[in-house]
Amino acid sequence: MKDMITPLAVPRAINWNRLQDDKDLEVWNRLTVNFWLPEKVPLSNDVQSWAMLRPEERTLTIRVFTGLTLLDTIQNTVGAPALMPDAQTPHEEAVLTNIAFMEAVHARSYSSIFSTLCSTKEVDEAFRWSEDNPHLQAKARAILTEYAPGADPLKRKIASVFLESFLFYSGFYLPMFWSSRGRLTNTADLIRLIIRDEAVHGYYVGYKFQRALERESEARKAELKDYAFALMFDLYDIEAKYSAELYDGIGLTEDVKAFLHYNANKALQNLGYEPLFPPAACEVNPAILAALSPDSENHDFFSGSGSSYVIGKAVATQDEDWDF
Amino acid sequence: MAGLVYYSSGSGNTARFIAALGLPADRIPVRPADPMPTPAAPFVLVCPTYADGQGNGAVPKQVIAFLNDPARRALIRGVIAAGNRNFGATFALAGKVIAQKCNVPLLYSFELAGTETDIARVRTGLDRFWGAECLTP
Repeated sequence: MKDMITPLAVPRAINWNRLQDDKDLEVWNRLTVNFWLPEKVPLSNDVQSWAMLRPEERTLTIRVFTGLTLLDTIQNTVGAPALMPDAQTPHEEAVLTNIAFMEAVHARSYSSIFSTLCSTKEVDEAFRWSEDNPHLQAKARAILTEYAPGADPLKRKIASVFLESFLFYSGFYLPMFWSSRGRLTNTADLIRLIIRDEAVHGYYVGYKFQRALERESEARKAELKDYAFALMFDLYDIEAKYSAELYDGIGLTEDVKAFLHYNANKALQNLGYEPLFPPAACEVNPAILAALSPDSENHDFFSGSGSSYVIGKAVATQDEDWDF
Repeated sequence: MAGLVYYSSGSGNTARFIAALGLPADRIPVRPADPMPTPAAPFVLVCPTYADGQGNGAVPKQVIAFLNDPARRALIRGVIAAGNRNFGATFALAGKVIAQKCNVPLLYSFELAGTETDIARVRTGLDRFWGAECLTP
């Protein structure tokens, strides 16, 4: 009887010295160098700042973070693992395991913020809120539908990029806003580490999507593009409602929407597509942009509007100088 | 006539920016085995950023290899850098590194494949920049 059982398929041992796609090693190196844990961020320095927020601002902040926790939980337990069977190389699978783990670190780090700043009662209430909030649940379900077994592998990648590069930003807006006002600046430092990771994740899955798309027929390419834009419309619709519910109270909804448009366009660019929202709809509050990338100016030498003009001091260029 | 040289990896963001710009441009190949462009006139380099959290490795290896050649390096007049603000302080860092190494101005930075606004600004900016360059040989 024994020989009638199909033998288990044994994966081939991974050889990182034989790459099918150099991008796998490049992204692996980037992710491993960028590895971090919430313990490295001195969140307790935000205790005083937290106490200065009004009660409704505290409630908003905790709710936003439970919403973000849900998205990270989905990526950790469902999203990244769901991409693994579609991997084209063993190295891609290994990168996805790193992505899955870092999503667990992200989800875990919101709880570090909570335990440092908030009361158990406040946090429990916010988790209950997140379970009952129809918009948050709707966006989770929209993505989970695409992650389901048997779903289209390329649509799964589209959904993953939209989660990583778009759906987080209604939440990320708030710590960037607080940071621009000098509030919760250590928490913002932690969020920036998460944003940096999600940027690599969205870039990598988007890159793999583009590679896979090259092998598809013109008809299939058109179908996937239609699908991507339709899904973006659906998700945007949910995000607009979710943002209004969260931010109407402090009058920031329109500001958040500009940030959503800007990030929706970037998510589409990660997939190789053109932007959906026109430039006028994407004029993000400069304070938010500055909070995203502090110490980095937007150089516009052409219009003379850049705040600093970068030109090197004459460096005698030896060839070994270029070994960065 | 002055031109553009650019690098774009498999994700193709910079290549899409260059295509939208619609100006003649030479591409630095992704594979080291492929031949490098050999510009005959001054050029502006368009380069994406690949820095890690500490800012290491910002300039792609192939761009370093291209600039390592003194004859090619002598013709660079400016740099335009691409990146992603989500990388915080290292956003478009490759531009700063190249500007410093080559002693040329960092002309502009944009995100991913750029926006309509970026394309328009770079197109007008380059026009004016090359005009001014001709007056100062």
